[in-house]
Amino acid sequence: MNGAVDFQLTDDQRALRAGMRELLERRFPRTRLRAVVDGDAERGAELDRALWRELGAAGLFALRVPESAGGVGLGLPEAVLAFEEAGRALLPGPLVATELAAGLSGALAAGAVQGETVVTALDEEGAQVPVEHLASADAVLALGSTAVELIPAAEVVRAAQPIRSVDPATPLHRTAPPRTRQDQAGPGRSGIAARLRREAALLTAAQQLGSASRTVELAVDHAKRRTQFGRPIGAFQAVQHLCAQMLVRAESSRSVVYAAAVTEGPGDIAAAKLLADEAAVHNARDCLQVHGGMGFTWEADVHLHLKRAWVRAGQWQCAAAAEEELAAGLVSTVETCL
Amino acid sequence: MDLAFTEDEEDFRHRLRAWLADALPMLPDRPHPADWPGRRAYDCGWQRMLHDAGYAGLHWPKDAGGQGATPTQHLIFLEETERAGAPYVGAGFVGLLHAGPTIAAEGTPEQRARWLPPILRGDEVWCQGFSEPDAGSDLASLRTRAVRDGDTYVVSGSKIWTSHAEIADWCELLVRTAPVNADTPKHRGITWLAMPMDAPGVTVRPLRTLAGTAEFAEMFLDEVRVPVTHRVGEENDGWRVTMVTLSFERGTAFVGEVVACRRVLEALARTAKANGRWDDAVLRRRLGRLAAECAALWRLTQWNVSEAQRTGGVPGVGGSVFKLRFSQVRQELYEAAAEVLGPDALDAGQEWVADRLSSLSYTIAAGTSQIQRNIVAERILGLPKGR
Repeated sequence: MNGAVDFQLTDDQRALRAGMRELLERRFPRTRLRAVVDGDAERGAELDRALWRELGAAGLFALRVPESAGGVGLGLPEAVLAFEEAGRALLPGPLVATELAAGLSGALAAGAVQGETVVTALDEEGAQVPVEHLASADAVLALGSTAVELIPAAEVVRAAQPIRSVDPATPLHRTAPPRTRQDQAGPGRSGIAARLRREAALLTAAQQLGSASRTVELAVDHAKRRTQFGRPIGAFQAVQHLCAQMLVRAESSRSVVYAAAVTEGPGDIAAAKLLADEAAVHNARDCLQVHGGMGFTWEADVHLHLKRAWVRAGQWQCAAAAEEELAAGLVSTVETCL
Repeated sequence: MDLAFTEDEEDFRHRLRAWLADALPMLPDRPHPADWPGRRAYDCGWQRMLHDAGYAGLHWPKDAGGQGATPTQHLIFLEETERAGAPYVGAGFVGLLHAGPTIAAEGTPEQRARWLPPILRGDEVWCQGFSEPDAGSDLASLRTRAVRDGDTYVVSGSKIWTSHAEIADWCELLVRTAPVNADTPKHRGITWLAMPMDAPGVTVRPLRTLAGTAEFAEMFLDEVRVPVTHRVGEENDGWRVTMVTLSFERGTAFVGEVVACRRVLEALARTAKANGRWDDAVLRRRLGRLAAECAALWRLTQWNVSEAQRTGGVPGVGGSVFKLRFSQVRQELYEAAAEVLGPDALDAGQEWVADRLSSLSYTIAAGTSQIQRNIVAERILGLPKGR
């Protein structure tokens, strides 16, 4: 008898994940990543439009768009698996905002599905959060407390200041304090901003998970290869235990990220973002430690995982917000996932 | 990925819930932790009620007298019983979760008929004689000897950390039957025996834990005679016999405790609201983070169970990952509890203070966290064997 709680991936989901990994290995190999981060500092990481279109053609932004609207008609679990791969490959770009915009209507959202339009996001509840890839974007998805609006990027750029982004592959702009806009939530639209925020947090968590899993691999590979005192450093317990804790972090966050993709519950999503942020940041740091002196160089990719993890940890639901939401859940009467 | 339950599973849950609502009020009051005979009577009484209602040995195979339930049904059972505040296995732990499944998997028909039904009915209690003063996490270095004398083994040595030894009828005992030398690596000369606790030569001395209670004992074995017919599996094959079932400890054994952690956390939040500590954002956020940890432990459990279901019951790599995270979270939970309690955290009579003390054992029992990390590093991540 085969019971449910079949948490395992279906064959189709495995195929989707493998396809995404294969596409990224082919179109965004390590050499491409290095070209982005070692390139002209002034021009920063200008978005690769051809790659963006190819991601669109491969269906990355259309996964959750209904088939009737020309999309693939899948759900959040599939989007999470694809975004996990993007995080693993350190694929740059405003992936989350473009994916969300692809599900919206309006002229500015029109090309998002195909990857013709690049959409970044401005979360007005997180007013201090810089906007990523603003100079490369066509539109900005602005989320007020209830309002959802797509604004031409040129309008936002005028009042924005570029900053020297800590992540060389993610250019950031600080925007002027958001103009006070009347939240004109039409009937039935008031829940949309909250839903988009939750989905953004989950898709960001999925990328963090991908990065956290990738740094486990990088650390383990290095620990097997690097020899000191006549043996691979992976034979030393101190190194073994660092690696083991990395796996524990990655797998704990995987379980809750995947569960949140299925349940879409706010508590599950808050837990997913919190633990995936922690896993990505701490795994990158431990990976750096396992790499020793080499880990501290620009040449090693480890710092890129750490810096991107910092950027993502600040986006959407940051730790303080997630912890407050979960704490509130402890004293509410809403039934929890447990 | 699908977290929904089938109709059969929902039916099972509802029948169980209804039965629990009827059965629990019939239970006597919980005995004092120091009252060992009382605890035995209470735990065995509960097992008898489960047995009579058809819930005994839920996850045991049917041919061993169990119910042959799926891992998911077992998960639901553990979740619902904990939610209802029902007793946990208690004194039945070793029999139901370890010795019983071992005998079911490796015993002869006669051994199964002799030992399994009394475990399921709550008539007989088992304890575990594995660890020794010089063989804790390094279990294979155990030294308790068994020398063959005709149709009996003569056993001498000592065991430690033996839970429920004072009230047990039987002990699942690991003994050395072949000396360690170049031909016989240390885990090859071990044999699994069922030893009657009332045999002459068995002395039990309770050990007082740092929590102040006697949760387990030392056991001294002085030429104890155990019939050869009490051997489960072949002579010198006890290591493999043990490994068949040891992973149960890291499988679903902690499901009820994950549910309990969430309950404790909610109670902590209520207490903090009542005593004003909730206004402290640092503490509030700490409790919020623990809620995320509980959610992850719960989802990790579901993940492990669904994987076990797919692989036909073989516990996967998730067991060590779960155990490492769970033992850590449980300690952090009671550290947070101490902060909620404030000065009351120094009152050893407080429930959460006792739990705070006992949580210290979680990173040690059933394989220390350090050993678990070795297992993860070498067996899962494939790092070279360490020192």
